[in-house]
Amino acid sequence: MKRRHFLKSSTALTAAAGVTAPAIFSPLKAQSRQETLLVVAENTPNMMDIHGVGANRPAYEVSWNTHDRLMTYGVKKDSTGQDHYDYSKLEPELATDWNVTPTSATFKLRRDAKFHDGTPITAKDVKWSFDRAVTVGGFPTFQMRAGSLEKPEQFVVVDDHTFRVDFVRADKLSMPDLAVPVPVIMNSELAKKNATTADPWAMEWTKNNLAAGGAYKIERWQPGQEIVYVRNDDWKNGPMPKIRRVILRIIPSAGNRRALLERGDADISFDLPAKDFSDLKGSPKLNIVGTPVENAMQYIGMNVKQKPFDNVKVRQAIAYAVPYQQIQDAVMFGRAIPLYGGASNKAKGTNWPQVHGYKTDLARAKALLAEAGYPNGFETTLSFDLGLGAINEPLTLLLQQSLAQIGIKAEINKVPGANWRGELLKKSMPMITNTFGGWLNYAEYFFFWCYHGQNAVFNTMSYQNPAMDALIDKARFASGADYDAAVKGFVDMAFDEVPRIPIFQPLLNVAMQKNVTGYRYWFHRQLDYRQLAKT
Amino acid sequence: MLNLLLSRLATAIPSVLGVIVVTFLLTRLLPGDPAAYFAGLAATPQAVAEIRAKLGLDKSLPEQFLVYVQDLLSGNLGTSLTTGQPVTADILTRLPASAELTLLALFLAAAIAIPLGVLAAVKQGSWIDHLCRIVTTAGVSLPVFFTGLLFAYVFYYLLQIAPAPTGRLDAFLTPPPHRTGFYLIDSLLVRNTEAFWGALAQLALPAASMAIFSLAPLARMTRGSMLSVLGGDFIRTARASGLAPRTVIFTYAFRNAVLPVITVLGMVFSFLLGANVLVETVFAWPGIGLYAVNALLTSDYAPVQGFVLTMAVLYITLNLAIDLLYGLVDPRVRLDA
Repeated sequence: MKRRHFLKSSTALTAAAGVTAPAIFSPLKAQSRQETLLVVAENTPNMMDIHGVGANRPAYEVSWNTHDRLMTYGVKKDSTGQDHYDYSKLEPELATDWNVTPTSATFKLRRDAKFHDGTPITAKDVKWSFDRAVTVGGFPTFQMRAGSLEKPEQFVVVDDHTFRVDFVRADKLSMPDLAVPVPVIMNSELAKKNATTADPWAMEWTKNNLAAGGAYKIERWQPGQEIVYVRNDDWKNGPMPKIRRVILRIIPSAGNRRALLERGDADISFDLPAKDFSDLKGSPKLNIVGTPVENAMQYIGMNVKQKPFDNVKVRQAIAYAVPYQQIQDAVMFGRAIPLYGGASNKAKGTNWPQVHGYKTDLARAKALLAEAGYPNGFETTLSFDLGLGAINEPLTLLLQQSLAQIGIKAEINKVPGANWRGELLKKSMPMITNTFGGWLNYAEYFFFWCYHGQNAVFNTMSYQNPAMDALIDKARFASGADYDAAVKGFVDMAFDEVPRIPIFQPLLNVAMQKNVTGYRYWFHRQLDYRQLAKT
Repeated sequence: MLNLLLSRLATAIPSVLGVIVVTFLLTRLLPGDPAAYFAGLAATPQAVAEIRAKLGLDKSLPEQFLVYVQDLLSGNLGTSLTTGQPVTADILTRLPASAELTLLALFLAAAIAIPLGVLAAVKQGSWIDHLCRIVTTAGVSLPVFFTGLLFAYVFYYLLQIAPAPTGRLDAFLTPPPHRTGFYLIDSLLVRNTEAFWGALAQLALPAASMAIFSLAPLARMTRGSMLSVLGGDFIRTARASGLAPRTVIFTYAFRNAVLPVITVLGMVFSFLLGANVLVETVFAWPGIGLYAVNALLTSDYAPVQGFVLTMAVLYITLNLAIDLLYGLVDPRVRLDA
């Protein structure tokens, strides 16, 4: 008996029992099913506002689909023929046209664009929103700064439909940074109405209310359970989306998410274990797409401020002891891009991440250890984030076994997810496995966070090397041959000094029904409903 | 009766105060730094410090406690960082979800367990007694999440009889307007039978798996209690006086045997309400247990405190209700004695 039959017969049953049946019948439902996308996810968004304190990754998805930005990124095909956003191409969203000079960028805004409440979108809304992003502190301010967008004076209203950004310095990330999820355009009048003196930017109100003009509106929001979006039929800032309604349901159990997809009840999901994606690859019913996550890697980090990892020979020894292939096969089920086993430790280009020359070679590892003065190995602790235990746990176990063969006794330390950030900030763990990805796909962006002597939290190795810093700083503002030389320089150095051992580049996996088309990979790794369609 | 009620309530006050202090301290002792967690991916020590100040975590413990108590007095349980909602609102939507499921499960369990227990005691050693033994042993030895997973697999995945385990209602149905928070009742109030059957269909599997688990203590307690009562002199007298077996069993024996069963019922209810996290996970049930566990995993203080406090108040109320029920069922029980 099918669910629909059950519902039908139960409706008949109630009708017989003398209760009036409502006028909702299955054909109508079937039609709405065709225009509705059912997304199943593990985690719930915690607000609608990407500027909010502690907005989580699912909240980025809400913000991305309900708000507009000035510009968006173009699209290209990746090597497998899948749609992939194109970071080299900025395309109009609210701005129809822009003119960039070395000192400023002037944007022409679309004249007929309106917010969800019908108010026209004007340059003062853009200024208010950007002022907010650089003022409220925390993540949004931080992300704006990555593009040298630092203070409200930089944002100028020329007239209602012309907006200018003045640059404080020539930074090639300024323009790309205006198309990331943070600089959203908000309805300033609506937000101001709901602001208080204690909360001039209406941060409280926007947690649960949209002041937006994007392609989707929110019809129903049940925190922790579901979000129902409806298309904004008056949207002007891009091609009209095909999907009328999007239902995002939170399904905490991974097994059930898989079952829902396999049974055809759910349309699309990111949140399955690597093994499930690997199993489902051959499924006739589902489409599995895995896109390498740009500028991201899983790595082993060693704290160079502590013995014995202050010795480069020890670090190299470990790099020769990592069981790379076993990790690739048994932990990732092949669904990752290997970053090991290249011909040499010389940079192969300016792309990042790229393969290094280390491979599993225990004899060599032993020899290096002996040279470093640890012929009998040593004892250490290997820590990982339990929040990502599905990958980290088997990975560390394999590494532990392999290290034991060269005499290193590594005790495994599982850190609860809630604790992990705090532990990273302390920079006291001797050896960890971790993952990191940068939104903007530039090698120097990654290195700025992860290798630079400013010692940001993601430089989990506390690696500080003035020669490397000089190259990173140079690459940030250089171009042409100078840029290439700088990037290759710091990549060589990173592989040779090896404070972090890249293992693999993860894939962003998605499973969807065969009739779902238009899926596009985005650097923010959330779903963009606007391009999806059901056939 | 009113005096009794008041004196019972008065004894509850110290427990509530204790719970407030203990939950406050416990959540502060938890490992993990919520500020670092919520500072997000691009956290710098400065960004973390900003967030810590925003959350009021840079204040001293007594100061934080004072703020907490003041908020409590104004009915404000704080804001959950995981859902971004006020904890009071979250609990008000989630408690009915758990309560609806638990009550239905308990009703199912009692409807099966009590007759089974009574029959097993009356016909001791018969096939029904063995059945009772098998059912109860199976019930306790099958953890709820296992039966839950098994049910979901068999009835949803393989047989397709059950609806998709996506929470309280099919994704394509609209939840009824919020009156009581119980979907079964709310949907009937607006005569939305589609939502009613939808909600009932979603309830069936999780309620059944919880019912199987709670069958065991209920059936065993009923059987044991009935056995001891049936061995009593007054039952022999009643039988000797030629009363119909039905009257002996139900009017005399069962009424006397029911007290401990009620106690167990109360215990099972309060246990299930907070402890069915696993069922809630398997069936994506937006209940209160899952809420508390998620909050705990992210060191999100406010919901954890709110949850413990709500549960404590609920347990106290439940115990009070059971005490009062004793008096009604068995007038010999004098509570003030």
